[in-house]
Amino acid sequence: MRITVTVDGTKYSDDVEPRQLLVHYLRERLGKVGTVVGCDTSNCGACTVHLDGHSVKSCSVLAVQADGSEVTTIEGLARDGQLHPVQQAFHDNHALQCGFCTPGMIMQSIDLLADDPDPDETAVREGLEGNLCRCTGYQNIVRAVRDAAAKMSGGAGPEAERVGESQQVAGGGN
Amino acid sequence: MIPAAFDYVAPTTVDDAVRALSEAGEDAKVIAGGQSLLPVLRMRLAAPSKLIDLGRIPELRGVREDGDTLVIGAMTTHYEVQRDPLVREHALLLACATDTVADPQVRHRGTLGGSLAHADPAGDLLAPALALDAELVVSGMDGRRAVPATEFFTDFFETSLRPGEILCEIRLPKYTGWSAHYEKFNRVAQAWSIVAVAAAVRVENDTIAQARVGLTNMAATPVRATAVEQALIGQPATPEAITEAAQHAAEGTAPTTDGNADVEYRQHLARVLTSRAVTAALST
Repeated sequence: MRITVTVDGTKYSDDVEPRQLLVHYLRERLGKVGTVVGCDTSNCGACTVHLDGHSVKSCSVLAVQADGSEVTTIEGLARDGQLHPVQQAFHDNHALQCGFCTPGMIMQSIDLLADDPDPDETAVREGLEGNLCRCTGYQNIVRAVRDAAAKMSGGAGPEAERVGESQQVAGGGN
Repeated sequence: MIPAAFDYVAPTTVDDAVRALSEAGEDAKVIAGGQSLLPVLRMRLAAPSKLIDLGRIPELRGVREDGDTLVIGAMTTHYEVQRDPLVREHALLLACATDTVADPQVRHRGTLGGSLAHADPAGDLLAPALALDAELVVSGMDGRRAVPATEFFTDFFETSLRPGEILCEIRLPKYTGWSAHYEKFNRVAQAWSIVAVAAAVRVENDTIAQARVGLTNMAATPVRATAVEQALIGQPATPEAITEAAQHAAEGTAPTTDGNADVEYRQHLARVLTSRAVTAALST
Protein backbone atom coordinates (compact mmCIF):
# COMPACT_ATOMS: atom_id res chain seq x y z
CA MET A 1 0.00 0.00 0.00
CA ARG A 2 1.12 3.51 -0.79
CA ILE A 3 1.28 5.81 2.24
CA THR A 4 2.27 9.43 2.65
CA VAL A 5 3.49 10.47 6.07
CA THR A 6 5.16 13.62 7.33
CA VAL A 7 7.90 12.64 9.76
CA ASP A 8 9.84 15.29 11.66
CA GLY A 9 8.78 17.89 9.12
CA THR A 10 9.67 15.92 5.98
CA LYS A 11 7.06 14.33 3.74
CA TYR A 12 7.65 10.71 2.70
CA SER A 13 5.72 8.53 0.26
CA ASP A 14 6.40 4.81 0.39
CA ASP A 15 4.94 1.45 -0.50
CA VAL A 16 4.55 -0.59 2.68
CA GLU A 17 3.11 -3.95 3.60
CA PRO A 18 -0.09 -3.55 5.65
CA ARG A 19 1.49 -5.58 8.45
CA GLN A 20 4.45 -3.23 8.85
CA LEU A 21 4.45 -1.56 12.27
CA LEU A 22 5.01 2.17 12.43
CA VAL A 23 8.16 1.70 14.52
CA HIS A 24 9.67 -0.58 11.89
CA TYR A 25 8.76 1.86 9.14
CA LEU A 26 10.44 4.69 11.03
CA ARG A 27 13.59 2.76 11.84
CA GLU A 28 14.11 0.54 8.83
CA ARG A 29 12.68 2.55 5.97
CA LEU A 30 13.39 6.09 7.13
CA GLY A 31 16.45 5.39 9.27
CA LYS A 32 14.92 7.11 12.29
CA VAL A 33 16.71 4.82 14.71
CA GLY A 34 16.38 7.30 17.57
CA THR A 35 13.02 5.62 18.17
CA VAL A 36 13.85 2.26 19.72
CA VAL A 37 12.04 -1.05 20.10
CA GLY A 38 12.03 -2.06 23.73
CA CYS A 39 9.65 -4.75 24.90
CA ASP A 40 7.75 -5.29 21.65
CA THR A 41 4.65 -6.04 23.74
CA SER A 42 3.38 -2.44 24.19
CA ASN A 43 4.36 -2.32 27.84
CA CYS A 44 7.55 -0.31 27.95
CA GLY A 45 6.87 2.86 25.96
CA ALA A 46 10.41 3.12 24.56
CA CYS A 47 8.99 3.43 21.03
CA THR A 48 6.72 6.38 21.91
CA VAL A 49 6.33 8.97 19.14
CA HIS A 50 3.71 11.63 18.49
CA LEU A 51 1.03 10.89 15.91
CA ASP A 52 -0.85 14.06 14.97
CA GLY A 53 0.26 15.65 18.22
CA HIS A 54 -0.55 12.82 20.62
CA SER A 55 1.79 10.23 22.08
CA VAL A 56 1.41 6.65 20.83
CA LYS A 57 3.41 3.47 21.14
CA SER A 58 4.67 3.06 17.59
CA CYS A 59 4.90 -0.71 18.03
CA SER A 60 1.10 -0.71 18.38
CA VAL A 61 0.27 1.31 15.29
CA LEU A 62 0.46 0.07 11.71
CA ALA A 63 2.36 2.23 9.25
CA VAL A 64 -0.75 2.25 7.03
CA GLN A 65 -2.74 3.72 9.92
CA ALA A 66 -0.35 6.70 9.90
CA ASP A 67 -1.13 7.46 6.25
CA GLY A 68 -1.85 11.16 5.89
CA SER A 69 -0.63 11.92 9.40
CA GLU A 70 2.18 13.86 10.97
CA VAL A 71 4.69 11.97 13.10
CA THR A 72 7.25 13.51 15.42
CA THR A 73 10.08 11.38 16.74
CA ILE A 74 12.84 12.15 19.21
CA GLU A 75 14.96 13.10 16.19
CA GLY A 76 12.61 15.91 15.26
CA LEU A 77 12.77 17.83 18.54
CA ALA A 78 16.04 19.74 18.39
CA ARG A 79 16.19 22.91 16.29
CA ASP A 80 19.46 24.16 14.81
CA GLY A 81 21.55 22.27 17.30
CA GLN A 82 19.47 23.49 20.22
CA LEU A 83 17.83 20.79 22.31
CA HIS A 84 14.11 20.86 23.06
CA PRO A 85 13.65 22.14 26.64
CA VAL A 86 12.58 18.68 27.79
CA GLN A 87 15.70 17.13 26.22
CA GLN A 88 17.79 19.82 27.90
CA ALA A 89 16.14 19.14 31.26
CA PHE A 90 16.86 15.40 30.96
CA HIS A 91 20.49 16.31 30.25
CA ASP A 92 20.73 18.81 33.09
CA ASN A 93 19.15 16.49 35.66
CA HIS A 94 20.99 13.36 34.58
CA ALA A 95 17.61 11.76 33.91
CA LEU A 96 19.08 8.70 32.25
CA GLN A 97 21.32 5.81 33.06
CA CYS A 98 21.60 3.39 30.14
CA GLY A 99 19.48 5.74 28.01
CA PHE A 100 17.36 3.15 26.26
CA CYS A 101 14.04 4.39 27.64
CA THR A 102 15.01 8.04 27.14
CA PRO A 103 13.49 8.69 23.67
CA GLY A 104 10.12 7.37 24.83
CA MET A 105 10.35 9.10 28.20
CA ILE A 106 11.03 12.44 26.54
CA MET A 107 8.26 12.06 23.95
CA GLN A 108 5.74 11.09 26.63
CA SER A 109 6.93 13.91 28.94
CA ILE A 110 6.29 16.43 26.17
CA ASP A 111 2.79 15.00 25.70
CA LEU A 112 2.18 15.17 29.44
CA LEU A 113 3.30 18.79 29.64
CA ALA A 114 1.05 19.72 26.72
CA ASP A 115 -1.97 18.55 28.74
CA ASP A 116 -0.71 19.67 32.14
CA PRO A 117 1.94 22.40 31.98
CA ASP A 118 2.65 22.28 35.71
CA PRO A 119 2.31 18.69 36.94
CA ASP A 120 3.11 17.81 40.55
CA GLU A 121 5.23 14.75 41.27
CA THR A 122 2.23 12.40 41.34
CA ALA A 123 0.95 13.73 38.03
CA VAL A 124 4.37 13.20 36.44
CA ARG A 125 4.55 9.62 37.70
CA GLU A 126 1.02 8.90 36.48
CA GLY A 127 1.67 10.62 33.17
CA LEU A 128 4.71 8.40 32.62
CA GLU A 129 3.06 5.19 33.78
CA GLY A 130 3.26 3.75 30.27
CA ASN A 131 7.04 4.11 30.19
CA LEU A 132 9.41 1.78 31.97
CA CYS A 133 12.99 2.54 32.98
CA ARG A 134 14.65 -0.77 33.69
CA CYS A 135 17.58 1.03 35.37
CA THR A 136 14.85 2.26 37.76
CA GLY A 137 16.12 5.79 37.35
CA TYR A 138 12.73 7.39 37.91
CA GLN A 139 13.75 9.98 40.52
CA ASN A 140 15.79 12.05 38.13
CA ILE A 141 13.29 11.59 35.32
CA VAL A 142 10.55 13.07 37.52
CA ARG A 143 12.93 15.88 38.51
CA ALA A 144 13.72 16.58 34.86
CA VAL A 145 10.06 16.82 33.86
CA ARG A 146 9.33 19.20 36.73
CA ASP A 147 12.41 21.23 35.79
CA ALA A 148 11.30 21.38 32.15
CA ALA A 149 7.82 22.47 33.23
CA ALA A 150 9.29 25.30 35.27
CA LYS A 151 11.35 26.50 32.32
CA MET A 152 8.61 26.32 29.73
CA SER A 153 5.81 28.79 29.99
CA GLY A 154 3.63 27.94 27.02
CA GLY A 155 3.34 24.17 27.27
CA ALA A 156 5.29 21.64 25.27
CA GLY A 157 2.87 20.18 22.78
CA PRO A 158 3.01 20.26 19.02
CA GLU A 159 3.47 24.05 19.28
CA ALA A 160 6.80 23.66 21.02
CA GLU A 161 7.88 21.14 18.41
CA ARG A 162 7.20 23.53 15.57
CA VAL A 163 8.37 26.91 16.79
CA GLY A 164 11.93 28.04 16.99
CA GLU A 165 11.75 31.34 18.76
CA SER A 166 9.78 30.75 21.95
CA GLN A 167 11.45 27.39 22.37
CA GLN A 168 14.92 28.90 22.27
CA VAL A 169 13.97 31.52 24.79
CA ALA A 170 12.55 28.86 27.12
CA GLY A 171 15.38 26.41 26.57
CA GLY A 172 18.11 28.96 27.08
CA GLY A 173 16.86 30.03 30.47
CA ASN A 174 19.08 27.91 32.67
CA MET B 1 7.82 -9.40 16.43
CA ILE B 2 6.07 -8.99 13.10
CA PRO B 3 2.46 -9.96 12.41
CA ALA B 4 1.62 -12.53 9.75
CA ALA B 5 0.70 -10.93 6.43
CA PHE B 6 -2.86 -9.70 5.96
CA ASP B 7 -4.87 -7.60 3.54
CA TYR B 8 -6.02 -4.25 4.77
CA VAL B 9 -8.87 -1.95 3.98
CA ALA B 10 -9.89 1.32 5.63
CA PRO B 11 -13.45 2.21 4.58
CA THR B 12 -14.83 5.67 5.26
CA THR B 13 -18.48 4.81 5.96
CA VAL B 14 -20.20 2.23 8.16
CA ASP B 15 -22.03 0.82 5.13
CA ASP B 16 -18.74 0.23 3.31
CA ALA B 17 -17.23 -1.33 6.43
CA VAL B 18 -20.14 -3.71 6.87
CA ARG B 19 -19.96 -4.69 3.20
CA ALA B 20 -16.20 -5.21 3.38
CA LEU B 21 -16.59 -7.35 6.48
CA SER B 22 -19.31 -9.55 5.03
CA GLU B 23 -17.39 -10.02 1.77
CA ALA B 24 -14.13 -10.81 3.55
CA GLY B 25 -15.46 -13.91 5.25
CA GLU B 26 -14.81 -15.47 8.61
CA ASP B 27 -11.06 -14.96 8.78
CA ALA B 28 -11.36 -11.19 8.63
CA LYS B 29 -11.05 -9.06 11.73
CA VAL B 30 -12.23 -5.56 12.54
CA ILE B 31 -9.58 -3.24 13.97
CA ALA B 32 -10.64 -0.27 16.10
CA GLY B 33 -7.82 1.38 18.07
CA GLY B 34 -5.75 -1.78 17.79
CA GLN B 35 -4.33 -1.60 21.30
CA SER B 36 -5.43 -5.15 22.09
CA LEU B 37 -5.46 -6.57 18.57
CA LEU B 38 -2.02 -5.44 17.41
CA PRO B 39 -0.17 -7.04 20.35
CA VAL B 40 -2.11 -10.24 19.64
CA LEU B 41 -1.14 -10.11 15.96
CA ARG B 42 2.49 -9.38 16.79
CA MET B 43 2.65 -12.40 19.05
CA ARG B 44 0.92 -14.36 16.29
CA LEU B 45 -1.84 -15.49 18.60
CA ALA B 46 -4.11 -14.59 15.68
CA ALA B 47 -3.52 -14.34 11.95
CA PRO B 48 -6.57 -12.84 10.23
CA SER B 49 -6.62 -12.80 6.44
CA LYS B 50 -7.87 -9.24 6.33
CA LEU B 51 -8.15 -6.25 8.64
CA ILE B 52 -11.04 -3.83 8.27
CA ASP B 53 -9.91 -0.62 9.92
CA LEU B 54 -12.69 1.55 11.37
CA GLY B 55 -10.26 4.39 12.05
CA ARG B 56 -11.27 6.49 9.07
CA ILE B 57 -15.04 6.52 9.60
CA PRO B 58 -15.99 9.96 10.99
CA GLU B 59 -19.58 8.92 11.84
CA LEU B 60 -18.26 6.46 14.43
CA ARG B 61 -16.53 9.14 16.45
CA GLY B 62 -17.70 11.66 19.01
CA VAL B 63 -20.18 12.23 21.82
CA ARG B 64 -23.63 13.75 21.45
CA GLU B 65 -26.94 14.06 23.24
CA ASP B 66 -30.15 12.55 21.95
CA GLY B 67 -32.86 13.75 24.33
CA ASP B 68 -32.41 11.84 27.58
CA THR B 69 -29.72 9.66 26.06
CA LEU B 70 -25.98 10.13 25.77
CA VAL B 71 -24.60 8.67 22.54
CA ILE B 72 -20.93 7.79 22.23
CA GLY B 73 -19.51 6.72 18.88
CA ALA B 74 -17.75 3.36 19.07
CA MET B 75 -14.50 4.80 17.72
CA THR B 76 -14.32 7.59 20.29
CA THR B 77 -10.94 7.18 21.96
CA HIS B 78 -10.47 6.75 25.70
CA TYR B 79 -8.68 10.09 25.70
CA GLU B 80 -11.69 11.76 24.09
CA VAL B 81 -14.11 10.08 26.51
CA GLN B 82 -12.00 11.22 29.47
CA ARG B 83 -12.08 14.85 28.36
CA ASP B 84 -15.65 15.06 27.13
CA PRO B 85 -17.76 17.39 29.28
CA LEU B 86 -21.00 15.56 28.37
CA VAL B 87 -19.57 12.24 29.58
CA ARG B 88 -18.39 13.84 32.85
CA GLU B 89 -21.81 15.37 33.39
CA HIS B 90 -24.07 12.47 32.43
CA ALA B 91 -21.94 9.32 32.77
CA LEU B 92 -19.30 10.13 35.38
CA LEU B 93 -18.77 6.44 36.13
CA LEU B 94 -17.65 5.77 32.58
CA ALA B 95 -15.23 8.71 32.73
CA CYS B 96 -13.80 7.47 36.05
CA ALA B 97 -13.23 3.96 34.71
CA THR B 98 -11.73 5.28 31.47
CA ASP B 99 -9.20 7.30 33.50
CA THR B 100 -7.75 4.00 34.74
CA VAL B 101 -7.42 2.21 31.39
CA ALA B 102 -3.82 1.22 30.58
CA ASP B 103 -1.63 4.31 30.09
CA PRO B 104 -1.79 7.66 28.26
CA GLN B 105 -0.35 6.38 24.97
CA VAL B 106 -2.84 3.51 24.85
CA ARG B 107 -5.70 5.86 25.76
CA HIS B 108 -4.81 8.03 22.75
CA ARG B 109 -5.44 5.10 20.39
CA GLY B 110 -7.77 2.73 22.21
CA THR B 111 -11.52 3.18 21.80
CA LEU B 112 -14.64 2.59 23.87
CA GLY B 113 -16.26 0.44 21.20
CA GLY B 114 -13.09 -1.57 20.65
CA SER B 115 -12.83 -2.35 24.36
CA LEU B 116 -16.45 -3.45 24.59
CA ALA B 117 -16.33 -5.58 21.44
CA HIS B 118 -13.06 -7.18 22.60
CA ALA B 119 -14.96 -8.23 25.76
CA ASP B 120 -11.96 -8.98 27.93
CA PRO B 121 -13.49 -9.76 31.35
CA ALA B 122 -10.59 -7.83 32.91
CA GLY B 123 -11.33 -4.80 30.69
CA ASP B 124 -12.39 -1.77 32.69
CA LEU B 125 -15.26 -0.45 30.58
CA LEU B 126 -17.53 -3.48 30.54
CA ALA B 127 -18.72 -3.21 34.15
CA PRO B 128 -19.60 0.50 33.83
CA ALA B 129 -21.46 -0.21 30.56
CA LEU B 130 -23.45 -2.94 32.31
CA ALA B 131 -24.04 -0.96 35.50
CA LEU B 132 -25.26 2.05 33.53
CA ASP B 133 -27.68 0.01 31.37
CA ALA B 134 -25.88 0.80 28.14
CA GLU B 135 -27.44 -0.14 24.85
CA LEU B 136 -25.06 -1.16 22.09
CA VAL B 137 -26.07 -0.32 18.56
CA VAL B 138 -24.64 -2.70 15.99
CA SER B 139 -24.80 -2.61 12.22
CA GLY B 140 -24.81 -5.49 9.75
CA MET B 141 -25.98 -6.33 6.25
CA ASP B 142 -29.49 -6.81 7.66
CA GLY B 143 -29.54 -3.33 9.16
CA ARG B 144 -29.14 -1.96 12.65
CA ARG B 145 -30.19 -3.41 15.97
CA ALA B 146 -29.78 -2.33 19.57
CA VAL B 147 -28.45 -4.86 22.07
CA PRO B 148 -28.75 -4.23 25.82
CA ALA B 149 -25.43 -4.63 27.67
CA THR B 150 -27.00 -7.48 29.65
CA GLU B 151 -27.21 -9.47 26.39
CA PHE B 152 -24.05 -8.21 24.70
CA PHE B 153 -21.38 -9.91 26.81
CA THR B 154 -21.80 -13.65 26.52
CA ASP B 155 -18.50 -15.28 27.59
CA PHE B 156 -14.71 -14.76 27.80
CA PHE B 157 -13.91 -12.48 24.84
CA GLU B 158 -17.30 -13.36 23.36
CA THR B 159 -20.20 -11.07 22.48
CA SER B 160 -23.54 -11.43 20.77
CA LEU B 161 -22.18 -9.60 17.72
CA ARG B 162 -23.12 -11.75 14.73
CA PRO B 163 -20.73 -12.46 11.88
CA GLY B 164 -20.53 -9.37 9.70
CA GLU B 165 -21.76 -6.98 12.39
CA ILE B 166 -19.93 -3.90 13.63
CA LEU B 167 -20.46 -2.08 16.92
CA CYS B 168 -21.37 1.51 16.00
CA GLU B 169 -22.46 3.40 19.08
CA ILE B 170 -23.01 3.15 22.79
CA ARG B 171 -26.20 4.70 24.14
CA LEU B 172 -26.54 5.52 27.83
CA PRO B 173 -29.42 6.95 29.81
CA LYS B 174 -28.24 10.15 31.48
CA TYR B 175 -27.07 9.86 35.07
CA THR B 176 -26.95 13.57 35.69
CA GLY B 177 -26.13 14.47 39.28
CA TRP B 178 -24.99 10.97 40.24
CA SER B 179 -21.73 10.42 42.12
CA ALA B 180 -19.39 7.73 40.90
CA HIS B 181 -16.11 5.97 41.45
CA TYR B 182 -14.18 3.13 39.81
CA GLU B 183 -12.04 1.24 42.32
CA LYS B 184 -9.39 -0.83 40.55
CA PHE B 185 -7.11 -3.34 42.17
CA ASN B 186 -4.02 -4.29 40.20
CA ARG B 187 -0.46 -5.12 40.99
CA VAL B 188 1.57 -2.64 38.96
CA ALA B 189 0.91 0.44 36.84
CA GLN B 190 -0.89 -0.30 33.53
CA ALA B 191 -1.69 -3.89 34.58
CA TRP B 192 -5.15 -5.36 34.08
CA SER B 193 -7.61 -5.34 36.95
CA ILE B 194 -7.40 -8.34 39.23
CA VAL B 195 -10.81 -7.18 40.42
CA ALA B 196 -12.41 -3.76 40.05
CA VAL B 197 -15.71 -2.24 41.12
CA ALA B 198 -17.73 0.40 39.30
CA ALA B 199 -20.14 2.25 41.57
CA ALA B 200 -22.59 5.06 40.88
CA VAL B 201 -25.00 6.41 43.48
CA ARG B 202 -27.58 9.13 43.76
CA VAL B 203 -28.16 10.64 47.19
CA GLU B 204 -31.31 12.43 48.23
CA ASN B 205 -31.56 14.03 51.69
CA ASP B 206 -28.55 12.06 52.99
CA THR B 207 -30.16 8.81 51.89
CA ILE B 208 -29.03 6.62 49.01
CA ALA B 209 -31.90 6.87 46.56
CA GLN B 210 -30.42 4.89 43.66
CA ALA B 211 -27.33 2.74 43.24
CA ARG B 212 -25.55 0.94 40.42
CA VAL B 213 -22.67 -1.45 41.04
CA GLY B 214 -20.77 -3.42 38.40
CA LEU B 215 -17.89 -5.84 38.91
CA THR B 216 -14.86 -6.33 36.66
CA ASN B 217 -13.18 -9.74 36.35
CA MET B 218 -15.52 -11.58 38.72
CA ALA B 219 -16.82 -13.90 35.99
CA ALA B 220 -16.43 -14.59 32.28
CA THR B 221 -18.57 -11.52 31.71
CA PRO B 222 -19.02 -8.32 33.73
CA VAL B 223 -21.39 -8.80 36.66
CA ARG B 224 -24.03 -6.49 38.08
CA ALA B 225 -24.00 -6.62 41.91
CA THR B 226 -27.77 -6.29 42.26
CA ALA B 227 -27.82 -7.55 45.85
CA VAL B 228 -25.48 -4.71 46.84
CA GLU B 229 -27.62 -2.20 44.97
CA GLN B 230 -30.79 -3.38 46.74
CA ALA B 231 -29.04 -3.28 50.11
CA LEU B 232 -27.84 0.28 49.54
CA ILE B 233 -31.13 1.79 48.42
CA GLY B 234 -32.92 3.60 51.21
CA GLN B 235 -29.92 3.46 53.52
CA PRO B 236 -28.26 6.49 55.07
CA ALA B 237 -24.92 7.28 53.44
CA THR B 238 -22.92 6.05 56.44
CA PRO B 239 -19.80 3.83 56.57
CA GLU B 240 -21.72 1.12 58.50
CA ALA B 241 -24.51 0.93 55.93
CA ILE B 242 -22.01 0.75 53.07
CA THR B 243 -19.90 -1.99 54.69
CA GLU B 244 -23.04 -3.98 55.41
CA ALA B 245 -24.28 -3.70 51.81
CA ALA B 246 -20.86 -4.53 50.38
CA GLN B 247 -20.95 -7.94 52.08
CA HIS B 248 -23.27 -9.03 49.26
CA ALA B 249 -20.75 -8.16 46.51
CA ALA B 250 -19.60 -11.69 45.68
CA GLU B 251 -23.12 -13.09 45.39
CA GLY B 252 -23.86 -14.44 41.95
CA THR B 253 -20.26 -14.14 40.77
CA ALA B 254 -18.10 -16.89 39.24
CA PRO B 255 -14.49 -15.70 39.38
CA THR B 256 -11.59 -17.79 38.17
CA THR B 257 -8.30 -18.67 39.80
CA ASP B 258 -5.15 -17.45 38.06
CA GLY B 259 -1.60 -16.43 38.93
CA ASN B 260 -2.82 -13.21 40.53
CA ALA B 261 -5.61 -14.45 42.76
CA ASP B 262 -7.74 -17.46 43.61
CA VAL B 263 -11.53 -17.54 43.83
CA GLU B 264 -11.80 -16.80 47.56
CA TYR B 265 -9.39 -13.90 47.33
CA ARG B 266 -11.29 -12.41 44.41
CA GLN B 267 -14.55 -12.70 46.38
CA HIS B 268 -12.86 -10.98 49.31
CA LEU B 269 -11.59 -8.24 47.00
CA ALA B 270 -15.07 -7.74 45.55
CA ARG B 271 -16.46 -7.00 49.02
CA VAL B 272 -13.61 -4.74 50.10
CA LEU B 273 -13.44 -2.85 46.81
CA THR B 274 -17.23 -2.40 46.69
CA SER B 275 -17.10 -0.77 50.09
CA ARG B 276 -14.25 1.48 48.94
CA ALA B 277 -15.91 2.31 45.62
CA VAL B 278 -19.23 3.33 47.16
CA THR B 279 -17.48 5.29 49.92
CA ALA B 280 -15.34 7.13 47.39
CA ALA B 281 -18.35 7.78 45.15
CA LEU B 282 -20.24 9.31 48.05
CA SER B 283 -17.37 11.64 48.83
CA THR B 284 -17.22 13.04 45.27
